[in-house]
Amino acid sequence: MSNAALHQNGDVLAFSGDLVAKNVGGIWKSSIAAAKRAQAATLTIDISGCPVIDTAGATLLLTMERTHGGDMHLQGAETQGTALLAQLRKIIPPPLTRQEEQRAAREAAREARAPTALENLKIRIAFFGETIVALLALPAKLRYLRGSNFAHIADNAGLKALPLVVMLGFLIGMILAFQSAIPMQQFGADLYVADLVALSLFRELGPLLVSVILAGRTGSAFAAELGTMQVNEEIAALTTMGIDPETMLVLPRVAAAVLVMPALVVAMDVSGLIGMGVVLMVFGFPASAIIGQITFAAGPSDFLLGLFKAMVFAAAVAMIGCRSGLTAGNGPRAVGEAATSAVVGGIVATVLLDGLFAVLFYRLGL
Amino acid sequence: MACIIQVDDVAQQFGDRVIFKNVSFTVDEREIFVILGGSGCGKSTLLKQMIGLLPPKAGRISVCGHDVTTETEAVRRNIGVMFQSGALFGSMNLLDNVTLAMAVFTDLPAAARNEIARMKLAMVGLTDAALRLPAEISGGMAKRAAIARALALDPPVLFLDEPSAGLDPITSAGLDELILELRETLGATFVVVTHELQSILAISDRCVMLDREAQGMIAMGKPKDLQAHSDIQMVRAFFNRESV
Ligand SMILES: Nc1ncnc2c1ncn2[C@@H]1O[C@H](COP(=O)(O)OP(=O)(O)OP(=O)(O)O)[C@@H](O)[C@H]1O
Ligand SMILES: [Mg+2]
Repeated sequence: MSNAALHQNGDVLAFSGDLVAKNVGGIWKSSIAAAKRAQAATLTIDISGCPVIDTAGATLLLTMERTHGGDMHLQGAETQGTALLAQLRKIIPPPLTRQEEQRAAREAAREARAPTALENLKIRIAFFGETIVALLALPAKLRYLRGSNFAHIADNAGLKALPLVVMLGFLIGMILAFQSAIPMQQFGADLYVADLVALSLFRELGPLLVSVILAGRTGSAFAAELGTMQVNEEIAALTTMGIDPETMLVLPRVAAAVLVMPALVVAMDVSGLIGMGVVLMVFGFPASAIIGQITFAAGPSDFLLGLFKAMVFAAAVAMIGCRSGLTAGNGPRAVGEAATSAVVGGIVATVLLDGLFAVLFYRLGL
Repeated sequence: MACIIQVDDVAQQFGDRVIFKNVSFTVDEREIFVILGGSGCGKSTLLKQMIGLLPPKAGRISVCGHDVTTETEAVRRNIGVMFQSGALFGSMNLLDNVTLAMAVFTDLPAAARNEIARMKLAMVGLTDAALRLPAEISGGMAKRAAIARALALDPPVLFLDEPSAGLDPITSAGLDELILELRETLGATFVVVTHELQSILAISDRCVMLDREAQGMIAMGKPKDLQAHSDIQMVRAFFNRESV
């Protein structure tokens, strides 16, 4: 396939090569700019060197005409595309509305800041699961991600879950502290409640509870979303467009879930500790003693192990959710079933993985 | 490049239930080929086979010289599909539905993609609805938007599953005109599933009629010829609006 190019011969703008969607991307902006610069009242464009012109090419010519403001004269217009051009000229949509312009500007800004390297870096730092990095590095597949709405998914999975996580964390911290403080008081060991709660939150309860919340909120949402797409033949439509649904739909969801997980776990841990602190302060311990006891009992390694586990849980929950959605049957009932199986599957996987980690960490002496 | 479609002795069954068998035809370049037949006779199923979504139980299909089961990727670079349900991406507005393929497969800048997508939407008469979500438009609009999406990359072959079903006669006639225009301007080949006699007579060069009882094709040819003469009761009934 020949690449399209623009040459300026005096007042004449001459195109060469096929003016088709695959080719005009590289010359779009320069062509529009050239049309804007052109001084003559009539914009003369030579298309004799263009064997094929498709809608994209015709739209480019018409956009050039509009940008120039005057008439357009086409030289060498025996090509197939001129009939198309005439058709399109009749239906030319009005110039962009303000809203659309703002949107286009936003998109242009997003394109301008070279997203791939930056996003790759972010993902590398935040996530050490090798698979996703490897998948993202596959340049052939990377383009499928352009259609996905990563920020939106991450916002839904993360930020919107935060109030629930904080509330649950606080309550669980209080309940744990209260339940254990009473028997431990009998041995005069009630300050050790801080050890107990901090350790169990960091190593077990934090990751586990957040993962269950993720399965209930996000795993089911993924399943319902993709299940609906499956039922509406949207997945089939993507496939026939040549876009891999796994890459475009699953990868960003798994990555979003894994990325928001540490933040959610931190929120859960911190609010749990605060809940415990409140109870212990009611029991008469000063804040400094509680904090001292926590830092003495639980080290950064407990905390980090928890985070690591949580990210693995998140990947599993998200993948199970997406899989249930993509393999949904037909009809509206299938969506409900997919959501149910996503939640059940997510929770079961979380507990199984947790058991596996317990054995693994024990063996490794962690 | 000549882009013809060959369907060679294709069959499909779900479980024990045979939907059709021994279906064979060729669609020439720039032809508008219609698949027609009663509800449930397997038109959509045949279309899904032709676009590589459903491997045929027997026989083979090639599009533009590529086998749909073994060279699916190559086939998909050459086709645009409008599903019977429209199948618009519900989370994206119409403009984004159309720009998606351009964003993935071309290096067009965002402004260019929007401009081209708006042109495609204008082609199907949806200039004003560009920023609406699929949930906010009518069924007929969704079908037209789905056609605009299928046109996104100006593919040489377009598969349309009931483009005019459920549309008012004027919009439906407008769609027929659009299809004829696209054939002229883009040189595209069309495989269209439709029930609308008006539309068949207006656009189709040739058509094939499937039948559920017969489990396969019962007639093929130019619609005018089929209308003028056929030995088969069903065909006569359809083309001349007789009752069977
Ligand atoms: N995935 C499937 N599993 C089982 N049976 C199916 C499946 N898809 C279609 N069928 C059956 O195949 C037959 C043909 O279906 P198809 O959707 O191709 O019909 P159609 O000719 O397009 O009908 P309509 O005009 O109503 O759209 C139907 O009887 C349908 O029940
Ligand atoms: Mg059908």
